[in-house]
Amino acid sequence: MADEIKIGAYICQGCGIGDRVDTAQLAQVAQRDAKASIVREHAFLCNAEGVKMIQDDIDNEGVNRVAICACSRRAKTEAFNFEGVAITRGNLREGVIWIRPDTDEARETTQDMADDYVRMAVTEAKYMTPPKGDDNTKYTPKVLIVGGGVSGMTAAVEAAKAGYQCTIVEKSGALGGAAAKAWKRIPQHAPYADPEDTGVAELIKAVEESDKITVHLNSHLTKTSGAPGRFSADITTESGSTTTENFGAIVQASGYFEYDARQLPELGYGKSANVVTQAELDAMAKEADGGPIKTKDGKEVNSVAFIQCAGQRSEKEGHLPYCSGHCCLTSIKQAMYFKDQNPDIDTNVIYTDLRTPGAGGEDFYRSGQQKGITFTKGAVSEVVASGDALEVKFKDLILDEDTSEKVDLVVLATGQVPNSGVDIEAMAAVVEGEEDGAEPEEPTAVQVPVESILNLTYRQGPDVPHLKYGFNDSHFICFPYETRRTGIYTTGPVRRPMDMQQAIEDATGAAMKAIQAIENAAKGRAAHPRSGDLSFPSFRREGCTQCKRCTVECPFGAIDEDEERYPQFNEERCRRCGTCMGACPVRVISFENYSVDSVGQQLKIVDIPDEFEEKPRILALACENDAYPALDMAAMNKVEYSAFVRVIPVRCLGSVNLIWITDALNSGYDGVVMMGCQKGENYQCHFVRGSEIAHVRMSKVDDTLQSLSLEPERVSVHEVAITDIERAPALINEMAETIEKIGMSPFKF
Amino acid sequence: MSTMNQAKVEKYRNDFLKEVTANVEEGEWVKMCMQCGVCAGSCPFGPYWEHPPQEIFMMIRAGKREEVLTSTSMWMCTSCYNCIARCPRELPITHIMHGLAHYADRLGLAPKNQPTRKFANLFWNNLTKKGRANELKLGIALYFMNGFIEGIKTALKMQKMGLNMFKTKRLSPMELLGGHGIKDTGGLHAILKKAREIELANAEKFNG
Repeated sequence: MADEIKIGAYICQGCGIGDRVDTAQLAQVAQRDAKASIVREHAFLCNAEGVKMIQDDIDNEGVNRVAICACSRRAKTEAFNFEGVAITRGNLREGVIWIRPDTDEARETTQDMADDYVRMAVTEAKYMTPPKGDDNTKYTPKVLIVGGGVSGMTAAVEAAKAGYQCTIVEKSGALGGAAAKAWKRIPQHAPYADPEDTGVAELIKAVEESDKITVHLNSHLTKTSGAPGRFSADITTESGSTTTENFGAIVQASGYFEYDARQLPELGYGKSANVVTQAELDAMAKEADGGPIKTKDGKEVNSVAFIQCAGQRSEKEGHLPYCSGHCCLTSIKQAMYFKDQNPDIDTNVIYTDLRTPGAGGEDFYRSGQQKGITFTKGAVSEVVASGDALEVKFKDLILDEDTSEKVDLVVLATGQVPNSGVDIEAMAAVVEGEEDGAEPEEPTAVQVPVESILNLTYRQGPDVPHLKYGFNDSHFICFPYETRRTGIYTTGPVRRPMDMQQAIEDATGAAMKAIQAIENAAKGRAAHPRSGDLSFPSFRREGCTQCKRCTVECPFGAIDEDEERYPQFNEERCRRCGTCMGACPVRVISFENYSVDSVGQQLKIVDIPDEFEEKPRILALACENDAYPALDMAAMNKVEYSAFVRVIPVRCLGSVNLIWITDALNSGYDGVVMMGCQKGENYQCHFVRGSEIAHVRMSKVDDTLQSLSLEPERVSVHEVAITDIERAPALINEMAETIEKIGMSPFKF
Repeated sequence: MSTMNQAKVEKYRNDFLKEVTANVEEGEWVKMCMQCGVCAGSCPFGPYWEHPPQEIFMMIRAGKREEVLTSTSMWMCTSCYNCIARCPRELPITHIMHGLAHYADRLGLAPKNQPTRKFANLFWNNLTKKGRANELKLGIALYFMNGFIEGIKTALKMQKMGLNMFKTKRLSPMELLGGHGIKDTGGLHAILKKAREIELANAEKFNG
């Protein structure tokens, strides 16, 4: 019974669909062409009565595939939500009537369009199986936290509060991380006027008192394997003893290294003991503990200059190109160490751009000014010894002159370098180079001793991929914490530079994400961005040629290789983008509800009129995250586009298999338009690399076109943003014009 | 006062800022400037003075005592209040400019031939004598501000207007003989004396 496919096609007449197209004809098309078992028309399908009609058919008639031919798949999702059946949508509203003019001339092509969308919806339903979910999932309500600094401890305390067991693995012999070495912190409470106690002691106390948190000091991870819900980690102590434990999710809070100030000899670091970094000054302040801060030779400091952006925000070799975010506030805090102890000490903060992020940042800056800290907009060129003092040479950028100041102590605001482990992409490039027989390239400006943090047994490498400047993330704005390894969340300065306040907020977020991953994994559901999706990829082992494309291209490293070198899918790591499906040259990878057939058969059922009818056909494959919504919004704005296009949403342009293009061209389509997201450095692809991979693959489509003796203009690939409401339809129209110019495809039979 | 004129100031130290804070009207605001430059951009006289307020504030912090106090810049302020209205840090910039000018004048460092300074002093001396401005005397004093010959020339040029004003009772030659004043001139002088004392006491306190 369950295996027997019974398709119910439901055609809505509401929202003007009934007025604009002949729904009786649509019903006939559904039954005759697409072979739906039950076809019903309804005047208002999404109201209670219409929904009940469908539910009755599911309950009483055994309908297990539902093709709803009404509005876009993005609309009315709550009304059309039926348990246990596969649902497809024919987009008659946003896809047809809203983008076509209501004129007599347009009527015929509009009807053609609607007919095709009904055929496609019913056909897609035929090739879909309702996703049953993965039965091999495990529920492990335990979070592994790598790093025992402020971020790590906060994540542990927050997750423990929510009822989850946590294990902190800390490399050093004590909790607290970098923050424990500071005397005070930037204030986190109104009126944001004075430095506050770091709060690290309380945090350590909270960790130690919690019965849900286990701490492993002097330990690191020697092996991490598995997937969300079933991670297995080997925790090895310094003495070499190893314990293996299972976890549901991982939070990586491995923090940062101090930038090596020895690379700044021009600023006197290493030459004079009185040139120190911010971290060193905090240690000096901690030692003084409220008393006068003294230089290394025991002299009380009477004047101090803070040099902002030391080795940061600079394109010079060996410098950090980015802003570390906390240093301006840290310098204000440290200048206050002096001012609060003795207001007569001269403190000068020399900056090029003062940045004080956070709720209290501006108040803290003002408080510093009130206390008499001098702020000078200037660019420092050199620090030289001058008698027993130091001379800071700089250009005053307000007064536009070269000048200098003599001080007892110079503090350099150096940046944070992420402790993000091995750059697996660079590693892969080196390996590839070696395989090609090329000389391995000199490693460029490695600033930190590179040692793997997680030691993952993943096929793509032992650590989480880097995003930019070595920070571990996948997108700073759209999906924070979401690394490209599902169930592993980075937080704190390993993700982006930040101060303690931000790290606390960040770690709380990461703890929430980890909990979400644990719960989703147990239920076999996908994480962001296809949250809740129960489908997962499977492959036909007999057909696989072990080409490794899927294992290499998966943007999330979800696929390993088994002993026989066949791909081994880890469903819990999968984000369901289908990039593996698009990669597979022998088309053995599929999802229950998304496969080479579920799309391939749709494009084949489209009616292709012969050459003389002058009705070309354009296939548009649009990313469901950006391009498809853009087209929907264009429809809402009544932007017209060609009636000859048939749009099929795809999970990601990366899931597009070349066979779809070949099939489309072979069956007489005149053009193919593909719309994915922005790729490259500032990518907007929800699956990070999907669009990029698709662009690479499609750059080779010319060979296919050549073998068919077709013009290369017939296939175009575009990067479309969700805001391209005018542009997305224009790209379709552009293709229609191109076809008008170059003529119809000769492959119409 | 001579010791104050020779005060040694190290660069980018707080010494001069402290002096300004203690002695200049609204001077305590100078340290709050965040160097955005909105005042400089808002000033209708911006292109005509050497140092717009933004620079003056930075010069104070950089310890450029001599340059600030001998500058003509703050004398150029016409009190349009554009800068005050726009300053995101709400500094009373106009008042600080006048405060600085006054302080420089008090120290005798202000540029001798700055016309605004000359006029300001004429006006002040004229006003404080009887508590009301004596327009006739002020006018004549202005004619002769830049020398005797020029004074005669200007007076001749304005002769007709003066006669017309006399005819329409807008000007009384009797004012030359002392002119009218307020009821309690002695009281006013007492107030001013007290104010002067407070000002000097502040300076004294600052000098220790």
